[in-house]
Amino acid sequence: MSAELLVRAPIDVGALLARVADAGVGATSLFIGTVREHNDGRAVSGIDYSAYDAMAERELAAIGAEAGERWPGLRVAIVHRLGTLAVGEASVAVACAHERRAAAFDGARYVVEELKRRVPIWKREHYADGTREWVDPTAVAVAR
Amino acid sequence: MTVTVLLFASYADALGHDALTLDLPPGSTVGDALHAVRARSGGDRLPPAPAMAVNERYAKLGDALAAGDAVAIIPPVAGG
Repeated sequence: MSAELLVRAPIDVGALLARVADAGVGATSLFIGTVREHNDGRAVSGIDYSAYDAMAERELAAIGAEAGERWPGLRVAIVHRLGTLAVGEASVAVACAHERRAAAFDGARYVVEELKRRVPIWKREHYADGTREWVDPTAVAVAR
Repeated sequence: MTVTVLLFASYADALGHDALTLDLPPGSTVGDALHAVRARSGGDRLPPAPAMAVNERYAKLGDALAAGDAVAIIPPVAGG
């Protein structure tokens, strides 16, 4: 793990992949989360992402280190974008590289799930009707 | 002792601030800081037991605070 974890400009996926590239790598998995045009039946036109920057960087670095312990040799790169994003833009990208594909796949899944569970980042959706609301994934889970 | 409370997203909207300064008695806990914030105007819109952090690390309501600590009240996270 190194390099920037939070950015306010479009995510450079090529640069992310370069961070995990290595001659010993035989498998690289890349996860990209993007802003979709609907959520829970409402038309979404964009999302504002904000964070507790210092703690988010600390948690992202910790998650990367944990993945490296669970899958020895795993190379991890994570970047999350903050600010206002349009539909289709990438909000997060995770690249994991390993000698073998199982660790590359499983490591990326671990990083993304932990990121969603504990990294202090929030999003406020903009709806087609002009309203904006903070998204509470726990409330959605209860409503279902 | 003085501690800083950081508020984010919907909780910052509820309180109308993204940071508050609290003067708490020595020996106060994370829960005491939360209680003080919930007593402020708009604080009743915060849940009774939100996630909390002290100095950028998740903390429990019973954890003790020290002067100068940065206490964060963490709304449900929604990264990704």
